[in-house]
Amino acid sequence: MSEEKIVFQRPEALTSVNTHYCPGCAHGIVHRLVAEAMDEMDMTGNAVGVAPVGCSVLAYNYFSCDMIEAAHGRAPSVATAVKRVNPENLVFSYQGDGDLASIGMAETVHAATRGENITVIFYNNAIYGMTGGQMAPTTLPNQVTQTSPYGRDTKTAGYPVRVCELLSTLDGVAYAERVTVDKPSSVRKAKKAIKKAFEYQMAGRGYTIVEIVGTCPTNWGMTPKDAIGWLEENMLPYYPLGVYRDCVEEGFETAAEAALARAKDVPIVQGGVA
Amino acid sequence: MAEKVLMKGNEALAAAAVRAGCRFYFGYPITPQTELAAYMSKVMPKVGGTFLQAESEISAINMLYGAAAAGARAMTSSSSPGISLKGEGISYMAGADLPGVIVNVERGGPGLGSIQPSQQDYWQATRAMGHGDFFMIVYAPNTVQEMADMVFTAFEKADEYLTPVMILADGLLGQMMEPVELPDEIGELPEKPWATNGHKNQREHNIANSLYLQSDELEAKLLERAKRYEAIVEKEQLSEGFMLEDAEIVLVAFGASSRIARSAVVKAREEGIKAGLLRPITLWPFPEKALAETLSTAKAYLSVEMNMGQMVDDVRLVVEGRAPVEHFGRTGGIIPTPDEVLCAIRSLNEKVGE
Amino acid sequence: MAQRELSIVLSGFGGQGLLFAGKVIAQAGLLEERYVSWLPSYGPEMRGGTASCSVVLSDDPVGSPLVTTPNVLIAMNQPSVDKFIDTVSEGGLVLVDSSMVQDMPARDGVTICEVPATKLADENGFKTLANIILTGKLFAETEFCDKQTLLDAVAKCVPPKKQELLEPNLKALELGMQQ
Repeated sequence: MSEEKIVFQRPEALTSVNTHYCPGCAHGIVHRLVAEAMDEMDMTGNAVGVAPVGCSVLAYNYFSCDMIEAAHGRAPSVATAVKRVNPENLVFSYQGDGDLASIGMAETVHAATRGENITVIFYNNAIYGMTGGQMAPTTLPNQVTQTSPYGRDTKTAGYPVRVCELLSTLDGVAYAERVTVDKPSSVRKAKKAIKKAFEYQMAGRGYTIVEIVGTCPTNWGMTPKDAIGWLEENMLPYYPLGVYRDCVEEGFETAAEAALARAKDVPIVQGGVA
Repeated sequence: MAEKVLMKGNEALAAAAVRAGCRFYFGYPITPQTELAAYMSKVMPKVGGTFLQAESEISAINMLYGAAAAGARAMTSSSSPGISLKGEGISYMAGADLPGVIVNVERGGPGLGSIQPSQQDYWQATRAMGHGDFFMIVYAPNTVQEMADMVFTAFEKADEYLTPVMILADGLLGQMMEPVELPDEIGELPEKPWATNGHKNQREHNIANSLYLQSDELEAKLLERAKRYEAIVEKEQLSEGFMLEDAEIVLVAFGASSRIARSAVVKAREEGIKAGLLRPITLWPFPEKALAETLSTAKAYLSVEMNMGQMVDDVRLVVEGRAPVEHFGRTGGIIPTPDEVLCAIRSLNEKVGE
Repeated sequence: MAQRELSIVLSGFGGQGLLFAGKVIAQAGLLEERYVSWLPSYGPEMRGGTASCSVVLSDDPVGSPLVTTPNVLIAMNQPSVDKFIDTVSEGGLVLVDSSMVQDMPARDGVTICEVPATKLADENGFKTLANIILTGKLFAETEFCDKQTLLDAVAKCVPPKKQELLEPNLKALELGMQQ
């Protein structure tokens, strides 16, 4: 009998439940990356995930760690409390663009500015998928959706939100990176980013977010292959990939240290509570 | 026995919550409950707890949801307009069977209303706190002592029945000082094997969730929860009777208005009117059994409330037309005087007298 | 004869210490194991204008802690006198800080005591204790509790971190009793 060697298998952190995601959707890839990162850190038994409302609403069935399903947009608040109750746990929210950047923008910004030690996995595909393809806060100008049938008119519907850029201005943020999963090399980079975010969290560095620019072939009305082409042509120039914040790269152990240095000329900040 | 101290209702409630094992408090400033948050901000760091001023009421209730899911005893508080914002999160807590305590120090409404005391959120608390078929236990203290005692009970019942529990107070009870004897610090807290606190590879993963895409699953869940509600209705009704033995005019009043109603009953008795008072302590479950017992002597009922007439519905549902039921109320932040209530008793007594 | 059933309204500018004086009176009631309540006005009313509180001491459970027909009014400014003097019940007691009130309105059927409390406090070197002087006067007029109880109540209400204020408070109380 020849010796069997397992070279590829389902991560422990994923259940055997079949996902409901559409063909060509990248949520499955991102789930896998999150799961692999948890397993590699041996944290699956000490992880708590918070699922959003949106396409990934059922993520609580797919991750094998403890899971919580949150109200629409409120995942950062839920994750905040979960982490405060058990700071030794790895706590992440998994959110789409409507959940994170529209209805949950207040919760997003405030969890970030409080420097909550949580990781936000943000899937940005520029559309509301679950409800059938409406305009999202990240829908591109002139992009046609069910609720922008003539294309997003910036005169009336305003402009998309660039989440990593926005959050990187906040003192509580330790790490913010935008990645994509359009090809194997990108997937590897995305995995590294997610793992780094988790590691930063466990090192207590502050708030971490990884934005994954992804496709939605179904609601974009394209084949999966064409969707990747459209993503590379339109999404990536509008949402440039890269690291927007990394307190360690900046020479600080934590977001808190970086914040203190940033306010070096402000006596009240340097002096602590009077 | 602890020493009696003078404390504001808001502070006594907060102090008792900490003694009941609450170590996580999430809030947002609003009059007239702010002392509660201020107390928590002072005390929580000293007992290894967490005080977190959220960016909104919505965020605060979802933090309560998260802390409850993680297995902690946790609380949030607000006043009427802020409680409306929490409605969403309370519905989710009910749907996910998560225990937690929500304090409403009521003020006048609707909208921004006033900051003076009211009881205008009775319907909201007992009927329509959020979307979907759900109830929560609602306690209505009427002294500073009860503010402290009931929050203690609220935590116990929340954990026992896996449900959000509300303390429905008002600006009067929150702001006033009275002597209070704080409860002793709780010993052991109940185990929560369902908590999402990391399975340590020792069990299946726990999920805190209110979503059931299959209708038959959701119906089964609702029926299971309804059984718990039946048990609550059966076992948890609380009320206090005053001069009810031979009462012909039965006043029904809760919280702050029950104090005024009591004074009015004393005055009515001095005039020879056989008045009595039933004070619901739980608003849900409504004390139907105690109220039904008054039917043997009652000629008429008067529901005294600081609103336009809300609890009077529940009184009518119990009385079922067997006696006239009237409402007397002042609203918008006005506290009725005992004399006003006495006038209402007199006229009702004349109406139903020989 | 001692008058022990009190429904008091204390009113004046914010900062005159009326809420504190009310607390001392309520504390005295608590020490004698009676029913007491203390209720402040709150909200925008507190910002700059008139601050007031209601205090009830009784042998029976307190109904409404909001006093609408007081049998004692302690007023420390003109707006308070004007606002509350007609609400005082027949036979009631009105204590007025006459150094702060220029026009004393006429009112029959009540006992009016005018005490220049703020002036007395300034002259005796305990500024800001006019409230306690008036509390002393209230005791002199009503003997609503044992004298020792009142002294103990003051000691209870002065925060542990501000113990240096205890002695001036007790002196102010004594001064008020002599008025």
